[in-house]
Amino acid sequence: MNAAQRSRRRLTGMVRKESLQILRDPSSIAIAFVLPIVMLLLFGYGVSLDARDVRIGFVIESPDGDSAELRAAFDESEYFEALVFHAIQPAEQALRHHDIDGIVWLRSDFSHRLHAGLGATVGVIVNGVDANQARITEGYILGAWQTWLNHYAERRGLPEPFPIALEQRVWFNPAVRSRDFLVPGLVAVIMTLIGALLTALVVAREWERGTMEALLVTPIHIRELLLGKLIPYFVLGMGGMLLTVAMARWQFDVPLRGSFAVLLAASALFMLVALAMGLLISIVARNQFVAGQVAIIVTFLPAFILSGFIFDIHSMPWAIQQITWLIPARYFVSILQTVFLAGNVWSVILPNAAALALMGALLLALVRRKAGKRLE
Amino acid sequence: MLQHIFALIVKEFLALLKDKRSRFVIIGPPIVQLVVFGYAATYDLNRVPFAIYDEDNTVLSQRLTERFSGSTTFELVGRIDHDAGIAPMIDGKRALMVLHIGPRFSDRLASGDSAPVQVIVDGRNSNTALLALNYVRDVLLAFTADWAAEQQRPPPPAKLEMRAWFNGNLVSQWFIVPGIIGLLTLVVSLLVTALSVAREREEGTFDQLLVTPLRPVEILIGKSVPGLIIGLLESTLIVLLTVYWFEVPLRGHIGALYLGLFLFLLANIGIGLMISSMAVTQQQGLLGAFLFLVPAVILSGFATPIANMPELVQQLTLINPMRYFLVIVRGVFLEDAGMDLLADQYWPMAVIALCSLAAAGWLFRRRMY
Repeated sequence: MNAAQRSRRRLTGMVRKESLQILRDPSSIAIAFVLPIVMLLLFGYGVSLDARDVRIGFVIESPDGDSAELRAAFDESEYFEALVFHAIQPAEQALRHHDIDGIVWLRSDFSHRLHAGLGATVGVIVNGVDANQARITEGYILGAWQTWLNHYAERRGLPEPFPIALEQRVWFNPAVRSRDFLVPGLVAVIMTLIGALLTALVVAREWERGTMEALLVTPIHIRELLLGKLIPYFVLGMGGMLLTVAMARWQFDVPLRGSFAVLLAASALFMLVALAMGLLISIVARNQFVAGQVAIIVTFLPAFILSGFIFDIHSMPWAIQQITWLIPARYFVSILQTVFLAGNVWSVILPNAAALALMGALLLALVRRKAGKRLE
Repeated sequence: MLQHIFALIVKEFLALLKDKRSRFVIIGPPIVQLVVFGYAATYDLNRVPFAIYDEDNTVLSQRLTERFSGSTTFELVGRIDHDAGIAPMIDGKRALMVLHIGPRFSDRLASGDSAPVQVIVDGRNSNTALLALNYVRDVLLAFTADWAAEQQRPPPPAKLEMRAWFNGNLVSQWFIVPGIIGLLTLVVSLLVTALSVAREREEGTFDQLLVTPLRPVEILIGKSVPGLIIGLLESTLIVLLTVYWFEVPLRGHIGALYLGLFLFLLANIGIGLMISSMAVTQQQGLLGAFLFLVPAVILSGFATPIANMPELVQQLTLINPMRYFLVIVRGVFLEDAGMDLLADQYWPMAVIALCSLAAAGWLFRRRMY
């Protein structure tokens, strides 16, 4: 038997031992399969930026045909839920108590000024605390108001109030459903967690039970030891990954316009990076207490905020954009959003996949080095 | 008795802070994260890369283009001269948006016909797409109004006057940064508590603690106080940074904020200790902490509104202390909300704190291995 064969045999033995351990202890199977499903179900439905049923308080100081027409334009839109007030004070009170999200205010002279050609003013107040939702609400209100004004001008033979006709095309997501871009991003965030949790558990356990020393006295090499640990968890992690991708496609109806093979390859790369990160944390931190704390801090929040999953990286200040290069989830989010919604766009996929591969190689090299030092 | 508790508190502090790495993990990252996330987490659009496809090529269409390229929201990255040029621009993410001005744009505008302008947006991030379209509409409205005034055409019979309360310029940082106070306070209080009992159980020192004359209530107090103190100190630091570094206006009363902070910390500590005393090993404690932290953050209203969630998920958020604290912190900072307006946010957190602390104290003795 030559050296290569012996090495392969040691590796298979190690993989077999780890696999048996996984099968006998259901906790890692639960982490890899049950956790992603539960989280994706919960968050996939829970995380949405589509404002529906925006509660609008209509202040109509003197009800007449014109105000009714304007209100009808709002009722037609699916976005609003209208409440009627007859004075501004109670409406402002309601806005302050979060009972409504915005106010549309028609003063008592609205009709008069409208017909006399004096220029009627419709006042709009939104609660600006949630700036993003406030902007979306303003956009909806503007849309409904334009619809009304166009009708109004048309019926009375006035010149067109908005001579520029804006024709908007939202590519890849014509219905502008936020779920279609949030669910692929969630897959990346959830798998970052799963990868870190899986590996943060393994190495520490081996040390804790004293079986690491037992392994060290065998002829096994560190490389084989690490690989033997990585391979079974990689298989496990990929299982979870496939489940979440399948859920994104069939449970949440996110269209998959790219090819499945590309998705699979990118997922495999990312899984490797996520596992290597967990392994590195558990090796460097030396004790479980600190490893646990570090894992919480470096995996979840950065993947949540800095990956482009929800906050667009392009809008961040330059210096922060540079920091996001260090977040593996950023590359995966970009690939996932593109492969799901746009298709196989190589100019997006290849650079991101290369970055993931580079990151994986670097992390594994670091793991190898740190593990070597530690075992001396 | 007080002396006993005090001794326990001192011991807990030492356990937390004697390890240099643990000390660093508790203090360093939250501050770094506040600054990084405070700038990163924004919904405001900046320098949206757009390409222009101008088939009209007149003074008027160029003026329209300049309206876009001259604003800080948009950044002109390229020009296209045929239809086939649009797809590569958008697909490869070189531009987020293509502005397509039709061939007879200025003619039609002058003759009073409707002049079409087409906007093609990358919908891969639908929120960004929606906001970009809103900006486009604003620019077009302003352009039309100026043009009509120049041509001495009558203005539209009605106009819309929009105002936003509490955040006049709709800066999303004012919404997000107070949210980060809640986020980091939650993370710190969990880090301090969620592994503490589990670690002692694993090392066997918890049994020793149980056979001392200390009653479970006293142990509970001893375990909670360090978390409370560290949590209060760190959140004070974060509040200071929010006010003086990010310059988010603090309009309400600081007392209303601290009452919320206190209850929020108690609820988190209760949940952390509960997780910790249910766990047999630190790994289980870590898993439990993750299992609570991740949904608590994502389903809190921090980034996406609770009102957009389905009814069932909304019900679920009622047991999440962070959801209440976010209303308080944003209310106090931006809306000058007083304790009366926030009463409905205080008491659920108090109930959560009470239940979880009681459960933790009960589990101390029941769960023995």
